[in-house]
Amino acid sequence: MADALVDLDDVLAAYDPAIGLEVHVELNTATKMFCGCPAVFGGEPNTQVCPTCLGLPGAMPVVNGKAVESAIRIGLALNCDIAEWCRFARKNYFYPDMPKNFQTSQYDEPIAFDGWMDVDLDGETFRVEIERAHMEEDTGKSLHMGGATGRIHGADYSLVDYNRAGIPLIEIVTRPIMGAGERAPEIARAYVSQLRDLIVALGVSEARMDQGNLRADVNLSLAPKGTGTLGTRTETKNVNSFRSVERAVRHEMRRHAAVLDGGGSILQETRHWHEDTGVTTSGREKSDAEDYRYFPEPDLVPVAPSREWVDELRGTLPENPVARRARLQADWGYTDLEMRDVVASGALVVIEETVAAGASAQAARKWWLAELGRRANDAGVELTEVGVTPAQVAAVQALVDARTINDKLARQVFDGLIAGEGTPEEIVAQRGLAVVSDDGALGAAVDAAIAANPDVAAKIRDGKHAAAGALIGAVMKEMRGQADAARVRELVLEKLA
Amino acid sequence: MAAALADGTTTSVALTQAHLDRIAAVDGAVHAFLHVDAEGALAAAARSDERRAEGATASPLDGVPIAVKDVLATEGLPTTCGSRILEGWIPPYDATVVTRLRAAGLPILGKTNMDEFAMGSSTEHSAYGPTHNPWDLDRIPGGSGGGSAAAVAAFEAPLALGTDTGGSIRQPGAVTGTVGVKPTYGGVSRYGLVAMANSLDQVGPVTRTVMDAALLHELIGGHDPRDSTSVDQPLPDLVGAARRGAEGDMSGVRVGVIRELTGEGYQDGVLARFEEAADVLVAAGAELVEVSCPSFVHALATYYLIMPCEASSNLAKFDAMRYGLRVLPEGVDSPSAEDVMRATRDAGFGDEVKRRIILGTYALSSGYYDAYYGKAQKVRTLIQRDFAAAFEQVDVLISPTSPTTAFKLGEKLDDPLAMYLNDLATIPANLAGVPGISVPSGLADGLPAGIQVLAPALADDRLYRVGAALEAELTGRWGGPLLDRAPALEGTP
Repeated sequence: MADALVDLDDVLAAYDPAIGLEVHVELNTATKMFCGCPAVFGGEPNTQVCPTCLGLPGAMPVVNGKAVESAIRIGLALNCDIAEWCRFARKNYFYPDMPKNFQTSQYDEPIAFDGWMDVDLDGETFRVEIERAHMEEDTGKSLHMGGATGRIHGADYSLVDYNRAGIPLIEIVTRPIMGAGERAPEIARAYVSQLRDLIVALGVSEARMDQGNLRADVNLSLAPKGTGTLGTRTETKNVNSFRSVERAVRHEMRRHAAVLDGGGSILQETRHWHEDTGVTTSGREKSDAEDYRYFPEPDLVPVAPSREWVDELRGTLPENPVARRARLQADWGYTDLEMRDVVASGALVVIEETVAAGASAQAARKWWLAELGRRANDAGVELTEVGVTPAQVAAVQALVDARTINDKLARQVFDGLIAGEGTPEEIVAQRGLAVVSDDGALGAAVDAAIAANPDVAAKIRDGKHAAAGALIGAVMKEMRGQADAARVRELVLEKLA
Repeated sequence: MAAALADGTTTSVALTQAHLDRIAAVDGAVHAFLHVDAEGALAAAARSDERRAEGATASPLDGVPIAVKDVLATEGLPTTCGSRILEGWIPPYDATVVTRLRAAGLPILGKTNMDEFAMGSSTEHSAYGPTHNPWDLDRIPGGSGGGSAAAVAAFEAPLALGTDTGGSIRQPGAVTGTVGVKPTYGGVSRYGLVAMANSLDQVGPVTRTVMDAALLHELIGGHDPRDSTSVDQPLPDLVGAARRGAEGDMSGVRVGVIRELTGEGYQDGVLARFEEAADVLVAAGAELVEVSCPSFVHALATYYLIMPCEASSNLAKFDAMRYGLRVLPEGVDSPSAEDVMRATRDAGFGDEVKRRIILGTYALSSGYYDAYYGKAQKVRTLIQRDFAAAFEQVDVLISPTSPTTAFKLGEKLDDPLAMYLNDLATIPANLAGVPGISVPSGLADGLPAGIQVLAPALADDRLYRVGAALEAELTGRWGGPLLDRAPALEGTP
């Protein structure tokens, strides 16, 4: 893409962005939305299928009650009204990975509507209005074989795996988010990130973006500044990380502005996000007139959740996220600034799990924000995708606390964990990382260091204990970082007393 | 036949073989069957005989063979829906009603001919050639279930299953002199019925007597967890109702004659037979009342919007990707999925199916939805209200089943609107979900005519009571079943 982009500051000087997010959540129900097949993606292609999810002639759907329950809980957690009566509709369009050539979805009668979520952004809240959350089924998956790109163009032939067809999805749609200005990209990211936290807390989905359990479509439009109108939007499909959500919004803002500044007009279309290059490319043209010929699904009876049931489900909701954050901050003893960093980096849940696994709150924060945060950033992935689990972080910290390793060696243990070399203990053993605190070995190294640095030794003898650092450094270097620094200091001071 | 099996006069194998022989003898002329499964039927018959020898039966109809309309999925047996697009497709599963037939021990003789995807009133729209009416081989057997009705009328099968979306069980019943029942919507599972219009379709019996229909209906009916529209409550006592009706006492029963379905457009002979049948009910003690259902005049238009809308969506799955026919377009080097889909549908769907897909696609498209589909749903509600109001006054409603007797093959093939008129009297019941039965009312100009009895939803037992009373009195007058008066077919012993 050779499009020249407009600098973000210039975009904001001339335009007001409006964002809209459509997040698909794959539910973790035991069975599919409309049949009894296991709702587990993966496995040998086309092994988890039956006449219903294959859409064979004559087969009929039956609604999964557990999926309805999850949908209602999501709706309630997003402060939505829950429909007293709603229906499924057929969304008719043709695609080989869609078994019936229509998707059973909800259209004008969603199960949940008119809600909101308060997005926390550096201690300020920004209210995102939720238009609706509706139930639908996932499609199958096309595999295009023989081409270089894995896309349909250039492929010799295509295969379709219907294992995923019929897995329950909840689609959560925001109203256009206006007035975000320069913070639009961050708000988009924070919304998806907090929505994911909520979904995880509800326990209704694995919510792993890298595995497609949670998929975000990013709508963006620009309007001339101050007009308060909505411009023509583009929809960037299947953005698969929080970071990419932010980047995609930023990219589209800059691209739209370039088109508009050049006197062009934005084409209403879907766009593909390219993680590697950070740009979007044109997908298919999608006008408002695209005709899905929706009509009520005649094979399904309406869903009419009783008010008693809805109230009962209300009682199963997790703690309010804002209250929860306040509680965790108090429990952990974090400063406001520390807590803000934790929330902004999406580390709340992993820190909570690390603390639950036995680490101190300070240690958990140190590892996730500094060491693992850096690695995630370098790899362009989320903290949860960095390859180390909260339980492993706690185990590494336990080794540090036991003085088996120090912080520097712990970094090598993380290398080993990411490389899949085994448990932290195994990695310490295999890589020979344990610190040396044996006085015999350390004593000899300390003696050698004193001998090599007579000036420093003299200063220490004169009571300048601060100079000990140079000798400790020399010992560490000699022992390739594996010395117990605290014991080395003690030995230096003893010998030079 | 069930009685003959019970007292050991015959065996299921003998009975099944006799029907297979009859099919071999006459089906060349009638063409009621698309597939005959002699081997499977005889094996099931043998198992039934073994069961009976051990003193057990799976159901009252255990061992009685049956024919099944080709729109119902049958595991291991081709299911084509009368369409080229499904030529050779063998479903990996059974429709729930077929599962119930097998569990009840009924040998399945084969699959019967039908209008393609159940679209038509004459079985001339079958991609595999028309079925002929056993009463006059130059005439249509009704549609879309002409194969099932003809098989029963031609003594090729004692029982059959049909499906009724706008009258496809009752209208063929009327024009072949057989009994056809459309149960209450949701009273019989639709799982495995290849849908034409899901909100209208219903599976039901095609038989020679009202009692046979009651027995078969009890066997296939009742809740199915795989069909969420299926009614979750016990069926009324249908066999008991048929037995009571056959005793002939109709006193206390209020019968409504639908003014809108007994006037213009009906053949004189058909109306005459209908009036005689109504008199029979009065003679048996029933009270006759004329009722008006003013919205029924819009039923045909309403039906011909809702049905194609649902059908257009249902038929979208036939795209040459997964099963059935696949046609590669000629003169295209590397055809796209769309090219293959287009070529396959062009070759695989008949004109009537294409007509309805286009109608439905148009009526559902944005900008037209409210004017057509939305409006039709509103009229549907009015028709339901007409029924509700009528059933406040009367227990059952009656009308002629079909406006005319069987017309000649080819006569209306080029005039779809004239063809659609055949379902004038049967369609309101589908739009409202109420049950209906057609029983023979006699011969008009030498061909069978039928009387239709309609009851409120879930009150299917009333159909059997009134139907059995009519049957008992009329066959008494005729000196035997109407079918005995049908001309002998070639091959008749």
